[in-house]
Amino acid sequence: MAVTARNFIGSYFEADRLITVQYPEERSPLPENYRNFPFLIYDTDDAEAGLRCVACKICEKECPPQCIYITKSNDKKPDYLGKPQFYPAVFDIDISVCMSCQICVEVCPFEAIKMDKVFELSRRERFDALLFRKRELAKSNTYYHRIHPVEAAEVDAKLAEAAAKKRPAEPAPSAVATPSPRTSA
Amino acid sequence: MTTASHELAQSPPRMTSRLDGELLEVSMGPQHPSTHGVFRMNVALDGEIVVKLKPVFGYLHRNHEKIGESTSYLGSMPYTDRLDYFCSMTNNWAYALSVEKLADIEVPERAEYLRVILAELTRLQNHASLLGFLLSDMGAWGTPLMYAFREREKILDLFESLSGSRMMCDYMRFGGCRVDAGPDWMERAKKVVDAFPRFLDEFEKLIVSNEILIVRTQEVGKMSAELAINAGITGPMLRACGVNYDLRKVDGYGVYPRFKFRVPLGDHGDCYDRLMMRALEMRESIGILKQAFEQLPAGPIMNPKVKLRAFRPPVGEAYGRIEGPKGELGFYLISDGSPNPYRYRVRPPSFINLTVLEDLCLGHTVADVMVILGSIDIVMGEVDR
Repeated sequence: MAVTARNFIGSYFEADRLITVQYPEERSPLPENYRNFPFLIYDTDDAEAGLRCVACKICEKECPPQCIYITKSNDKKPDYLGKPQFYPAVFDIDISVCMSCQICVEVCPFEAIKMDKVFELSRRERFDALLFRKRELAKSNTYYHRIHPVEAAEVDAKLAEAAAKKRPAEPAPSAVATPSPRTSA
Repeated sequence: MTTASHELAQSPPRMTSRLDGELLEVSMGPQHPSTHGVFRMNVALDGEIVVKLKPVFGYLHRNHEKIGESTSYLGSMPYTDRLDYFCSMTNNWAYALSVEKLADIEVPERAEYLRVILAELTRLQNHASLLGFLLSDMGAWGTPLMYAFREREKILDLFESLSGSRMMCDYMRFGGCRVDAGPDWMERAKKVVDAFPRFLDEFEKLIVSNEILIVRTQEVGKMSAELAINAGITGPMLRACGVNYDLRKVDGYGVYPRFKFRVPLGDHGDCYDRLMMRALEMRESIGILKQAFEQLPAGPIMNPKVKLRAFRPPVGEAYGRIEGPKGELGFYLISDGSPNPYRYRVRPPSFINLTVLEDLCLGHTVADVMVILGSIDIVMGEVDR
């Protein structure tokens, strides 16, 4: 009896038990590592040209539930640095199939795909509305910095280092597929 | 199973009383609040006494093993989360351990410690929620379950801030762990672990000497040590019969030999012992966690030689097993040198523990069946796979 009484009264006064949040108005902060669905990162302001993805299709192959659909472009398009690169003509993720395992993020050699934190994804329709196209998936590096600040800073440092290493050795803007993003896009 | 019990299971159900009447066949489940998922039992009743019980499962079958054979070694890791969705960390560990055995991969020390910490946290939350479920099966709806879930919530929050997901953690990789736990996380984890005994004290005060609980659990669903060993029962269910068998001691996988802990043993093998086994194991887990927090070394968490993408282990086979919260969880892998396993087999503890259900239930009332089933601690994701 004493135990139940203490727990009952405690639920009104103890700070760590007052955990209810009035959801749509208030939100409890998500942890930094929180993940749900993947998105594509682009540098600069141009969602089309700045896309880091070069359509290598590794994520499509490794995705355990096979929810990524990529069609590689036939031509090369200059990215924001002027390097000619392949780009994904089609990049769809069926988030009704995706199981948020983030294996696509781990296997991507170009740091082009990351996990998003948006969870309010209810739709009125089951099929097309939950098949995210390239346009919906592309989000800027600034956004990435906002949702995963620590991780994004690490990624940017790594990419900048790789770009600095690569640049003197390879002056010709050939088919090397490593993008060198701006550190603070 | 022993011969005697096997014969009993095979023989046609008999009326126990001489009064006129006939057996009542009841289909319990699959949509039944206390069957812990979609599990059905076809029960033949004589009055209220169970004379025959036929478990029916497969409602949650997802072809786990075949999927494992058609995806890469890395791709199976998130699927193991979905086996026993209460303990995704230990599932990850068992799978990672068998791949590590297969390909002879070494794991950095810090990763081993992190694995122990997360596995013991998993054990805490699994046993806590089991106690809650078991009490709600006995009719104590709400309160005990809410107390247990409150504690579980804190541990799930820890999992979320570390791995990104509360239940589908997908945290371990062969050769280490995916993300490192920072000092902030460690502080939070220490706080949760330090506060946990208070919950246990409260819970034990509420239940251990509760008269109703004792009447409902003591001498209910008794299992002899012989039956348990013959049926391949593992985990707290086996130890409740007094058999000293804990893989953390027997195999000494990971860094478990470095920790001092005791293995609680039961005496009677009834539901009460099984219940208490969980409570006692939680106390030991807290001890292990405290030692692990003290000893945790710095260093890398991932073996740099391991290539996760396009991982091809050498030809061979391996069986990795760990002491999961529910019992011995093992993964048996045969590699033919290709990126997919040739054979992928899971040894699920709750499925094998469930095989003795009829032997435990015969002669008890329908209401006891729920208690016995609850004390076995099953998760249908693992039973059906």
